[in-house]
Amino acid sequence: MDLYEYQGKQFFARYGIPVSPGEAVTSVDEAVAAADRIGYPVVVKAQVQVGGRGKAGGIKLANDADETRTHAGNILGMDIKGHTVEILWIERASDIAEEYYASFTLDRSAKKHLGMLSARGGVDIEAIAVEDPDAIAKIWVDPVDGLTEQQAKAWVAAAKLNPEANEGTVDILLQLYNAYVEGDADLVEVNPLILLNSGGPRTGEVHALDAKVTLDGNSVFRHPDYEAYDATQVRDEREQAAHDRGLQYVGLDGYVGVIANGAGLAMSTVDIVNQVGGEPSNFLDIGGGASAEVMTGALEVITNDPSVRSIFINIFGGITKGEEVANGIVAALGRVDIDQPIVIRLDGTNADLGREILEPHLSDKLQMQPTMVDAARTAVALAGAGDGEPEASR
Amino acid sequence: MSVFVDEATKVVYQGLTGSQGRFYGLLNREYGTQVVAGTNPRKAGSDVDGIPVYATVADAVEATGATASCIFIPALGVRDAVIEAAEGGVTFIVCITEGVPAHDEAWFFNKLRRDFPQVRLLGPNCPGIISPGKANIGITAGHIAKAPVPGQAAVGIVSRSGTLTYQALYELKLNDIGVSTCVGIGGDPVPGTSFIDCLEAFEADPDTHAVMMIGEIGGSAEEEAAEFIASKMTKPVVAYVAGVTAPAGKKMGHAGAIVSGGKGTAQAKMDALRDAGAKVGLNPTEAGELMVEVVRDLG
Repeated sequence: MDLYEYQGKQFFARYGIPVSPGEAVTSVDEAVAAADRIGYPVVVKAQVQVGGRGKAGGIKLANDADETRTHAGNILGMDIKGHTVEILWIERASDIAEEYYASFTLDRSAKKHLGMLSARGGVDIEAIAVEDPDAIAKIWVDPVDGLTEQQAKAWVAAAKLNPEANEGTVDILLQLYNAYVEGDADLVEVNPLILLNSGGPRTGEVHALDAKVTLDGNSVFRHPDYEAYDATQVRDEREQAAHDRGLQYVGLDGYVGVIANGAGLAMSTVDIVNQVGGEPSNFLDIGGGASAEVMTGALEVITNDPSVRSIFINIFGGITKGEEVANGIVAALGRVDIDQPIVIRLDGTNADLGREILEPHLSDKLQMQPTMVDAARTAVALAGAGDGEPEASR
Repeated sequence: MSVFVDEATKVVYQGLTGSQGRFYGLLNREYGTQVVAGTNPRKAGSDVDGIPVYATVADAVEATGATASCIFIPALGVRDAVIEAAEGGVTFIVCITEGVPAHDEAWFFNKLRRDFPQVRLLGPNCPGIISPGKANIGITAGHIAKAPVPGQAAVGIVSRSGTLTYQALYELKLNDIGVSTCVGIGGDPVPGTSFIDCLEAFEADPDTHAVMMIGEIGGSAEEEAAEFIASKMTKPVVAYVAGVTAPAGKKMGHAGAIVSGGKGTAQAKMDALRDAGAKVGLNPTEAGELMVEVVRDLG
């Protein structure tokens, strides 16, 4: 689950990581009221889960209520790379001396946690990794041991930050690691991590100016409050409909609807539609079984997608037997109003019995094919496609 | 021979008294697996269709001599269940449970490596392992796998994906090719057993003559396997990688199946495997056909 910046900062704050005081708002009046409470100058920040919002005009400095009103009005409703801004984060402006980068994520290859720290923050870290890899100090943390203060100190020293920032950065990294582990995050990233100007009484103060947090959806049993984040995930209409039905769905740009059992087989089905010259409209994994209920939900999601022109149901029966799968499909066909032609490939355990059950229901609009490749070709042909761009009408 | 498990493997099922544990435990026993015990601290002394239930894995090992465990415990109990199994004395742990938090997986992977180096963990989130004709531990439908025929070449299978594993077993069976062992390593970010572990075992197994490897997008396990194939494998490898058309940043069902930061694409994996000398099929059927050719060439 990806968090918005404001959620990430609230998450950080719970683990004691210093962030700028701020409030999340959804209207211009709320923005001004929040800014009045926080104290000027403030920064008005668009909350979207996409990079480049600064360049798009989604981050503005406001010195007073009038400027806050103007910026909030401009930014709310703004479209940033296809994402409409509905939430603003208003926070006190920071007097930045230097910008750094810090993150923790799992290194799947090393099977340890990877911490990255760089004196070159505020920019795209992947670009830094390519052009100047030495500018990123890395540390691999054994999950059993955790991150010790001694390790953190050596790591910070290796990153060659402004020495004034060292102590505060060590503290933040220890807190950030704790947030990453205790909070079951897949990723915690602070870019930029800032050293504040020491003009005032605060010397060497470091804090998180941005927050990018991805939480592990599998950990919800430990963090019941994460359910709330699920509601704010960015999903298109189709993905939301599938999510509501408990289906694993990813929307794609094509026109052949794909239903398969198992993530690997679903991925493979999407691939094969492409290989025969078609374009899949989605990835949809209905899981191990293929009950009438699950199949009904899947067909509802697929048929409600106006771009779908044909449907490819690809089921391999393992423990779930072919006749159970076939009965599920037949029942679902009776429950859902379907305009698009369907091609079924059913194989595996008792596939013969399953095919016998499907046989009487076959027609121009419901076909059966013996192999994945044949079924994919048929589905693509039925969509009126083949090579090149398909016809516009069905 | 086979790898990791055979007809002599005695297995204790953690969670045998639950609905999934009971269903698959009994199916596995029916297949011929030595399902010698179950565990449930609240039901010690009872039995599941004649299979004795003990409070802990340690008790079960002491009473039955079990050497392996199979975990059907809900995700929140998996971290403790894995350590209980290792401490209890089994040396092979198959964890079927899906939905285990990545931090738990990373923790017990490193804990096992450090404190229980003799223990092999398979999974979590995997279909299990089957040595056709000998033992089936997990959720694979045993009858879709063909046992090796003496005197004929047998294939070892290692796969990150459940249904594609079944598909591979099935394609080989249709082509009358026997399988020595089929290992489902699972689709999670920190699998206990890697492609390389399995390739190494198949390379060393005199009764495995070729290997079918099924990968998918995400991570770099296939690239690492390719390096191993190039430098250490003498047996032929046929590979398939799912997710060529997967968009970046979208999880395709499995927690591990995500292309991020331009890394982990199926194309890069297929290229690496091909460069390493593996034959790469563009779909499961093509991979099956390539394996038929390989087996024919082996005589």
